Amino acid sequence: MDPFQIKKAPVEYDVAIVGSGAGGGMAAYSLAKSGAKVVLLEAGGYFDPADPKYITQLKWPWESPRRGASTTRPFGDFDAAWGGWDIEGEPYTTAKGTEFHWFRSRMLGGRTNHWGRISLRFAPDDFRRKTMTGIGEDWPIGYDDLKPFYDRVDKLIGVFGSVENMPSEPDGFFLPPPKPRLHELMIRKGARSIGIPVIPSRLSILTKPINDERGQCFYCSQCGRACQAYADFSSSSVLVKPAMKTGNVTLINGAMVREVLTDPASGLCTGVSYVDTQTLQEVTIKAKTVVLAASAGETARLLLNSKSGRFPNGLANSSGVVGKYINDSTGASRSAFIPALMDRKRYNEDGVGGMHVFTPWWLDNKKLDFPRGYHIEYWGGMGMPAYGFGWGIEAMNGMLAARDGSKKPGGGYGASLKDDYRRFYGAYIGMAGRGEPVPLESNYCEIDPNVVDKYGIPVLRFNYKWSDYEIKQAKHMQDTFEEIIHAAGGIALGNKPGAETNYGLEAPGKIIHEVGTARMGKDPKNSVLNGYQQAHDVKNLFIVDAAPFPSQGDKNVTWTILASSMRTSEYIADLAKKKV
Amino acid sequence: MKRRDLLKGIPVTAFGFAVNPTEAAVPAPPDVKPLKIPGGRQKFEAVRDAALNAEKFFTPHELQTVTVLSDIIIPADAKSGSASQAGVPAFIEFMMKDQPRNQTPMRGGIRWLDNTCTKRYGKPFVQCTKTQQIDMVEQIAYPAIAKPDMTQGATFFSMMRNLTASGFFSSQMGIKDIGYVGNTPNQWDGVPDEVLKQYGLAYEERELNMGK
Ligand SMILES: Cc1cc2nc3c(=O)[nH]c(=O)nc-3n(C[C@H](O)[C@H](O)[C@H](O)COP(=O)(O)OP(=O)(O)OC[C@H]3O[C@@H](n4cnc5c(N)ncnc54)[C@H](O)[C@@H]3O)c2cc1C
Ligand code: SF4
Repeated sequence: MDPFQIKKAPVEYDVAIVGSGAGGGMAAYSLAKSGAKVVLLEAGGYFDPADPKYITQLKWPWESPRRGASTTRPFGDFDAAWGGWDIEGEPYTTAKGTEFHWFRSRMLGGRTNHWGRISLRFAPDDFRRKTMTGIGEDWPIGYDDLKPFYDRVDKLIGVFGSVENMPSEPDGFFLPPPKPRLHELMIRKGARSIGIPVIPSRLSILTKPINDERGQCFYCSQCGRACQAYADFSSSSVLVKPAMKTGNVTLINGAMVREVLTDPASGLCTGVSYVDTQTLQEVTIKAKTVVLAASAGETARLLLNSKSGRFPNGLANSSGVVGKYINDSTGASRSAFIPALMDRKRYNEDGVGGMHVFTPWWLDNKKLDFPRGYHIEYWGGMGMPAYGFGWGIEAMNGMLAARDGSKKPGGGYGASLKDDYRRFYGAYIGMAGRGEPVPLESNYCEIDPNVVDKYGIPVLRFNYKWSDYEIKQAKHMQDTFEEIIHAAGGIALGNKPGAETNYGLEAPGKIIHEVGTARMGKDPKNSVLNGYQQAHDVKNLFIVDAAPFPSQGDKNVTWTILASSMRTSEYIADLAKKKV
Repeated sequence: MKRRDLLKGIPVTAFGFAVNPTEAAVPAPPDVKPLKIPGGRQKFEAVRDAALNAEKFFTPHELQTVTVLSDIIIPADAKSGSASQAGVPAFIEFMMKDQPRNQTPMRGGIRWLDNTCTKRYGKPFVQCTKTQQIDMVEQIAYPAIAKPDMTQGATFFSMMRNLTASGFFSSQMGIKDIGYVGNTPNQWDGVPDEVLKQYGLAYEERELNMGK
């Protein structure tokens, strides 16, 4: 057969959804439950964390010849992500002067198989930054619009946490949080002594069972490997599988959507065209409504590549805003050593896959020289050794007296070195700030005029520079980290990152919370979507990943993707019902 | 040969003229050995691992040097065995192939060590007496105070130390030694009481009642 022959699927679906991550999984679930006939197109392969074919959970480091090193998977050999910063045959480029990193997972469930499960709601103020500060952009909707959906997402998926009554960190329906680990208690005590709050974290992990389909967390600390008990949230196991059980969902894996098709006369979508990644055949799917959830970057790429006579700048882009205002969380970190934790008693402190406590933003930006806040995440403890264990001890063991009180130069060998590894085990901590950036028009992704991927699809080129706002925020993070480390009785490791490195501010993209490439707004001249994430220009086109978000607060974005995808999906279902 | 590789060989311009199916024009020979993909691996990873395992990096002399050095770095003691008993040399061999950027520093470092030992003791490192070997290691084991003519050796020795520790403590023997007792279904109910007491810490009232 000619591999370039175009195959037409005979049926017309009610809805075609592109991408099965957080946004696409929720859309498939909600729409299938409402009775719509859905086709779910996923570029990556099938994945089920409970199928031995895919399980990496509870494996030991020696089961990997590289002991878990990150040679082929950015977060290590056992991590559940298929893909990463670089995917063979699927490049992206950066404009001169830009450093941008783009993490993509090509698999059922997208990046939710191995994400950090930090599940925070945006606060009322996160929706109205422009009104409050004069910079950035307001959302066309507010907290009250999303609150009922946040509530339902909490109950449907499950999240642990504690009621704190903090206006900047709205409470939800929480399962019991796990008790802090030892280093977390020390960090908390230290931080609180200098006025910095530390509260139980909020992760989508089932510390109590919530239904018969999913088990309860058994505290292996390995959510990044995906949970065979389905006790943490992955779109694949928690949304797509139940959606398929309705019988209303056709899942097509290996479907790399290339273009959204439109009818030149009406300007409405008629479906999508995809490349079958195995056979390289081009396949056309017909659908009454198209929902994009390929992740903020891929969705922008798809719109910009869907050019036609009627939509010469790309689909839904009469405003020219598609791709613009892309923004990622800021990130900076520091690690430390806690001498009091040397020679500690051993016990199983795996806990859940992530921190048990965190610091929400606690200051007033009006009194600071940067306009947006950040939260702090913590790590440490007696984790499972793997590749990298003990690395760099030569910079450590010279600082601390040996058991007999003597000092020796850093490095060494033999029995006393072997002993040092044992003494230092579990005495390291670390912390990272995750902050809100100011979305700027000058930060954007566009189609690279010269480069295509292995399917022949033009690729994205990123243009992104941090502004002074983010750099000053990172400086504040570094000062705060040192204060917390000292208050917790620790020794900060390495040199304090200074102006020459933008205070350790990670390159854009590195925190993997890119949003805003097709932002919603009230004015079609400077936004792509309306408040229901429906394209101003194309009424049967919707976007349910993070592309619609005008800003992202200092909260990791996935819980908001889930809530807004549920809201948009039900809006789509309502529209369909009204038509009948 | 895999289909992807076949397509790689075809110039892009040929696509426009392709009338015949690529598949039929160049029939793929059947795979020689069917590859078993272990659980949790992607196919490309399984293929890559199998290829790496079939390669050899170290010469017998180099492997012997790595073995002696790793046992100097982590010797057996009352609690556990030595680095080589935990399989560290094989792990280091694999890492050379898995991350080829390690190869020159490792191969060159071993040469540096042999050159320096030949100068000092008239023999390559592994043929030196135990006393000579330790005398040599003393010169390169403490990077911050290494003499100017020993700094390259100190850098090499730090690489050996780091690889050895990583390999040892991620082995079954090393994990038992370090006392990691997790990676098994568990019920986390907080820090044990006696540990809290040891550090003068306590849970808050509400934490004690959470989930009850
Ligand atoms: C290591 C890590 C830790 C993280 N931790 C957190 C956290 O703690 N909290 C938090 O809120 N967020 C976290 N995130 C971010 C979170 O994973 C994302 O916000 C979320 O997964 C985004 O959902 P999405 O639906 O927009 O896209 P994705 O989850 O990326 O899914 C997109 C899907 O679309 C598919 N796709 C792409 N292009 C096409 C195409 N053209 N045709 C067909 N299919 C396509 C992809 O294969 C993929 O499966 C983390 C991410 C990573 C990588
Ligand atoms: S920590 Fe709990 S939820 Fe996470 S993978 Fe382990 S058992 Fe599953």
